[in-house]
Amino acid sequence: MLKKSFFGLVIPQFEYERLPAILPEPEKVAPSKTVTLFHERNSDQNPPTTIQVGDKVKTGQKISLFADNPAYVIASVTGTVSAISPHTGDFGKTYTAITIDIAKNETLDDQFKTQAQSPTLQNVLEYLATAPGNPPLKTLADSKNPIETIIITGVDGDLLTGTRQYITNTRLNDIKDGIRILKKISGIDRIILVTGRDSIQGFGHIGADVKSIDNTYPAALPPMIMKNVLEEVLPAGKTCPEMGVCFMSAEAVASIGRAYSKGRLPVRKILTLITKDGNQRLIETTIGTPIKDILGAYGVTINEEDRIVFGGPMTGSAVYSMDQPVLPDTDAILVLDRTRAAYTSDYPCINCGDCVRTCPAQIAVNMLVRFLEAGQYEQAADNYDLYSCIDCGLCSYVCVSKIPIFQYIRLAKYELDRAKTAEATDV
Amino acid sequence: MFEQKKLIVSHAPFWHIGNRVTGRSYHTMLAALPAVLAGLVYFGVPVVGVVGLSVATAMLWELLINKVMKNPPTIGDGNAALIGLLLAMLLPATMPWWAVITGTFIAVVIGKQIFGGIGSNAFNPVALAVAIMMISWKDLFDFNGMLLNYDFNFAAAYPLTNAKHFGTASVASFNLGDLIMGRQIGAIGATFGLGLIIGGIYLMIRGIIRWEISLTFLAGVYVTALLFNIADPVRFAGPGFHVLTGYTLIGAFFLATDDSSSPVWFVPMLIYGAVGGIMTVLIRNIGAYIDGVILAILVINLISPLLDKIRPKALGKVF
Repeated sequence: MLKKSFFGLVIPQFEYERLPAILPEPEKVAPSKTVTLFHERNSDQNPPTTIQVGDKVKTGQKISLFADNPAYVIASVTGTVSAISPHTGDFGKTYTAITIDIAKNETLDDQFKTQAQSPTLQNVLEYLATAPGNPPLKTLADSKNPIETIIITGVDGDLLTGTRQYITNTRLNDIKDGIRILKKISGIDRIILVTGRDSIQGFGHIGADVKSIDNTYPAALPPMIMKNVLEEVLPAGKTCPEMGVCFMSAEAVASIGRAYSKGRLPVRKILTLITKDGNQRLIETTIGTPIKDILGAYGVTINEEDRIVFGGPMTGSAVYSMDQPVLPDTDAILVLDRTRAAYTSDYPCINCGDCVRTCPAQIAVNMLVRFLEAGQYEQAADNYDLYSCIDCGLCSYVCVSKIPIFQYIRLAKYELDRAKTAEATDV
Repeated sequence: MFEQKKLIVSHAPFWHIGNRVTGRSYHTMLAALPAVLAGLVYFGVPVVGVVGLSVATAMLWELLINKVMKNPPTIGDGNAALIGLLLAMLLPATMPWWAVITGTFIAVVIGKQIFGGIGSNAFNPVALAVAIMMISWKDLFDFNGMLLNYDFNFAAAYPLTNAKHFGTASVASFNLGDLIMGRQIGAIGATFGLGLIIGGIYLMIRGIIRWEISLTFLAGVYVTALLFNIADPVRFAGPGFHVLTGYTLIGAFFLATDDSSSPVWFVPMLIYGAVGGIMTVLIRNIGAYIDGVILAILVINLISPLLDKIRPKALGKVF
């Protein structure tokens, strides 16, 4: 954690993680008995029909649960399906959790190899949407918002995390292949790889523009990258795809490249494990590995009321179960001791202005939070720049009243979004 | 294997800088302490009575109103104690006990809790209480009269009264060195300029008060007083005199900077402070009151929400 300066006059600044020049191989952690895959699902859909408990699956096999829904997951191990159950994630997102008991011998599914020799947008979309790094292929294929620029983030959005940076430094050939494929299938020429300031060398042959950004948080969040790299400010209330910009992690691009060069779907995810003592480790594990297997491999003891966070300390989300599996977009797992984690309070805003001074988007957070606390989300959006927020969480970090400002903002955006959707479907 | 442990689920961010409201209150009180101690040296034991009674009753009023409004007690945040301390610093050492208790009642109950407690008060509670008391009991704030029985080894006249009624010549005997060391009569915690400045600098570098407000307030006082002095050196005292007498320093560092009644953006803070300074000297030099700091602070508190409308365009704001 950042040490508090004696001089409170200075706005606290976080530096992003910088990996050493020579990197050790990530340590491999294997799932012990089962893996769990999260299959996207709308809450009102019928029970799955295409796969049953007891079915055998092969590594790399595509599992699509619903006949009328294009969503799918790729089996990351060979084994038998032992359970299919609903799962609810953050902000009401629903999934179907598919648990697979791992068989002794691994067999590879060759559907991808036989059906997708040369990359097209269609077969990338059909096989790689849940590849490690979670490539936003739907965004890329969306005809409503044509994409003109692809930004590959070779730096991690959150603190303490070194996953994307590691991939950028070590899997350059895969990224290069990935960029070539992306250019071919999408026809987009403007591809930019964003790296940290001190690691700009060595990307000459990669086939994309290379731009560097600051090492201070939140420079690697998409709206800040748009502002600083593209010199194009994201208008409040618009999303990056609506502006024709698609963000893709370096790992996603590397996954696409590797899939076609090796002829098999990648199922292993690189992630940063940050243990209670603050030690960081790069880990390579199979998608779907429950966190208890990873923590068990490193002897991390979990006590009551500790917190396990998927993602970094500023923007991650806490999980409630040790069975939570590693997902394609899990870049970091942060374990926090109960004594180290921050608690929020219901104390009122005292108008000290620390949030206003630290906000990178120049929002009047002191006024905004008053409206949000009262549940007046529309006024907050109209008068106090709710949609300018870039979701960095710095306001909650500095708040002397420990108001969960960041959570209020996310809740407000979610509620407004829901209201908008409800209005649209009513007509 | 693991047995299932209960984890806590909370929202991001999972870190906190560690600053708390309680810490801010205690640091502010710590910064005010040198001036109070100097008051004790110059005005003797009665100071202990006034300060003690003021802090104690401010906390009691807060607790009482918490009970009446069925809210959880908030005296733990130190804000009530701070209000009590700051109020005592603005009173003469011989303030009668009933006036102190009334003062803390006005500050805590009318100045702060009626508006909704900490963070919601539109006016600085201390300034509001002093303003009401000053108008209600004029004699209690006549420092010459209140400190009549003291035997000082320095000029025993309230400098601002002299300046107001008799012009520059009457304040020639006050040299700035004496004034800054607290060798002047006045309120308990407002005379020892050096202590207030040290406290103020401490609060500014710790980021507890906003330097923009304090410095522009002092600059406003200095520049306006200087202009008056240039215009009519016989009637109006010099700028250094105005900065070091009355409530100017305590106002600049401890009253105008009250969190909830002051702006938070850069330009508004500059305007807020400067207007406060200018108003102070205007009231002192051509107004009806002897010291203008308290009323000037109430006026700038009033315009603070309007000033905060002057703010930079948020990221991506289209209109």
